Amino acid sequence: MTLLDTHIGFVEALRSAGLSVSLAEGLDAISALEKVQWHDRETVRAAYAATLVKRQPQRVTFDAVFDIWFPRLIGSGVAGDGLEPVAGPPDTGPQLERFREALADALASGDVQALQDLAVEAVARFGAMPGRGPGLSSWSAYTSLQRVSPAELVERLVRGLLAEGMDPDQAERTAGRRVGDFTRLVEGDARRRIAEEKGPEHVAAVTVRPTIDRLDFTAARRSDLEEMRREIYPLARRLAARLTKEQHARRRGPLDVRRTVRASIATGGVPLETHHRPRRPHRTDLVVLCDVSGSVASFAQFTLMLVFALREAFSGVRAFTFVDDVVEVSDTFRPGADVVEVMESLATSISQAALWGRTNYGRALTRFAEEHGDAIGPRSSLLVLGDGRSNYSDLALPVLADLAGRARHAWWLNPEHPRHWGTGDSAADRYGEVVPMVECRNLAQLGEFVHEVVQPHPAR
Amino acid sequence: MTTTWFASADDATTRLSEAGYLTDDATALTAYLAGALEKPLLVEGPAGVGKTELAKAVARSTGAELVRLQCYEGLDEARALYEWNYKKQLLRIQASQGDAAWSEVHDDIFTEEFLLTRPLLSAIRRDEPTVLLVDEVDKTDVEVEGLLLEVLSDFQVTIPELGTVTATRRPFVVLTSNASRELSEAVKRRCLFLHLGYPDAERERAIVTSQVPGLDDRVVAQLVDVVVRLRELELKKAPSIAESVDWARTLVALEIGDLDEATVARTLGVVLKHASDQQRAVKELKLALS
Repeated sequence: MTLLDTHIGFVEALRSAGLSVSLAEGLDAISALEKVQWHDRETVRAAYAATLVKRQPQRVTFDAVFDIWFPRLIGSGVAGDGLEPVAGPPDTGPQLERFREALADALASGDVQALQDLAVEAVARFGAMPGRGPGLSSWSAYTSLQRVSPAELVERLVRGLLAEGMDPDQAERTAGRRVGDFTRLVEGDARRRIAEEKGPEHVAAVTVRPTIDRLDFTAARRSDLEEMRREIYPLARRLAARLTKEQHARRRGPLDVRRTVRASIATGGVPLETHHRPRRPHRTDLVVLCDVSGSVASFAQFTLMLVFALREAFSGVRAFTFVDDVVEVSDTFRPGADVVEVMESLATSISQAALWGRTNYGRALTRFAEEHGDAIGPRSSLLVLGDGRSNYSDLALPVLADLAGRARHAWWLNPEHPRHWGTGDSAADRYGEVVPMVECRNLAQLGEFVHEVVQPHPAR
Repeated sequence: MTTTWFASADDATTRLSEAGYLTDDATALTAYLAGALEKPLLVEGPAGVGKTELAKAVARSTGAELVRLQCYEGLDEARALYEWNYKKQLLRIQASQGDAAWSEVHDDIFTEEFLLTRPLLSAIRRDEPTVLLVDEVDKTDVEVEGLLLEVLSDFQVTIPELGTVTATRRPFVVLTSNASRELSEAVKRRCLFLHLGYPDAERERAIVTSQVPGLDDRVVAQLVDVVVRLRELELKKAPSIAESVDWARTLVALEIGDLDEATVARTLGVVLKHASDQQRAVKELKLALS
């Protein structure tokens, strides 16, 4: 492959991974590469990053694709030279013992280069699998990590760090972080080996995860959820900034004659600039009703946090959670409350919202209409969050229709892909006939939707 | 005709650090590329990590003059680019009433004398090396971005009455953004992009030491340790480099020789600016409140 082919393939791979790289940016990258030395891989990475990646959340994706297209080394590399002399099968008990000793040392000292070499060795020695055809081989990060099981070294590492005089908390965190780093290195190296075997196009398409704001709520891992939570406040701030700007753009009300005439005196009575009265902002009352049963709990939490972070944009926000009974949680969100505490008290409210613990939309809606029906008036908007999976129970469609009819607007946010609506026990299609159902699978869609709700004159 | 800003990435590292700005490799390389390719540099990142400072450091290290355009909501052409001094024009017309022909006055009032140049135009017209800093570009309205496009891609400004002014010497343009709004694709496409994040512990120690020379190395290490731990917590606003430096200054001013828990608890207000963040930090770091 020539250098140009690699470049074009790389840009193509970035595009298919969701980065919008224009032709002009590709050309910029080439002229940037002309200006730098190529002896250092990180230089090439930085030059590409400066010209092609224009949004920080995409940087993770970029790095993953870059590592596949511009691998750190070929085969087992320098670390592999030490492998050859060993006779017999590479993956044996004594070998594993020796390897784990070396790994424990490297983890204890936090030596990045040693860890990188060990990751290469781990995949080469313990991660090899027979490939699909004769003469082909494949590599598995999972197998290597199972064999090496770095997690078992954590305790030993913590003891070592404690002996160095670190306090227990910090030692545990440091140990966890180093092992996590090593795990990532092994995963990265396995990707590299597979890419070598099958060609980078194939691997980039399969293994690169979407950026955090495009990641489905339902597909998120624990670490992803934490990262998403950190994104909520920046997202709320961005939305708030956008809203004030749009409100200001629409602010020009009727002509303010007094101020216009007063200003015209400076220009000899010629009114060069007109002044206008500000328009009164219009604010909605929002009532959020969310399903917090296991399958959609995280989605409900994100939406509630975002809505409450934007509370200035509404004249009032009330939130209710339900599984099969309804609980009001508005008080949880005090202004300036701590995020972690809010999450904890939300978790307790979930146990209160469940009588029998099985989601029952019909019962929850009926209970809501009975107990808190007065929350909905002609000035309020109703927002229902949930996947509409009601365990084949009664749906209470007339109750929802009545609630929606009384409210100024009503929406239903569904964290599932539209192709799953109405499958199995999902009643999304039937609820969708009563209340407009909106797909909301990731932070980006959530942000867009909330923005639309807050706008004084929604587009719909 | 064009100035060479930095000879190489290493040159950028040395010269920027001489100007008191400690960079990492990626920042130095991107700064070098921005100069070499004559492309604007868009710097994004949280508040207080040294985005504006980077532009100032480039100006200091290359001996260029800094022209700054602070963006805010409602910034318009008249304040960013140029404006006709209409009051002076009115005076000129009134003063020559009756004496001169209209055509003469008409030509006269649209000359350099009546032109008020604003930062963008001044930066382009300068003959000496210039660093143009467009600060907090995400605060402006979308219309101003359109205005920036012409300036950033061709380094020229069209004034209908005077013609097109083209840069004799292209300025080094730095745009900073807090990412409170997505900039348009068109602007981003024309820029090199650099994200400044929080530095690693080692570099942060070096930065604090260089900014606050009076502080003991051991205290600097303690301080950076605490700040790194604070960043791991879920806070509304994580402390950035500016806060670390402020904290170091506070410790020097209070003549504190050891950063123990009580001191951290007492001076936490310098680093964390939200009440709930402070409570969380006290809880997580298990600080004893005196």
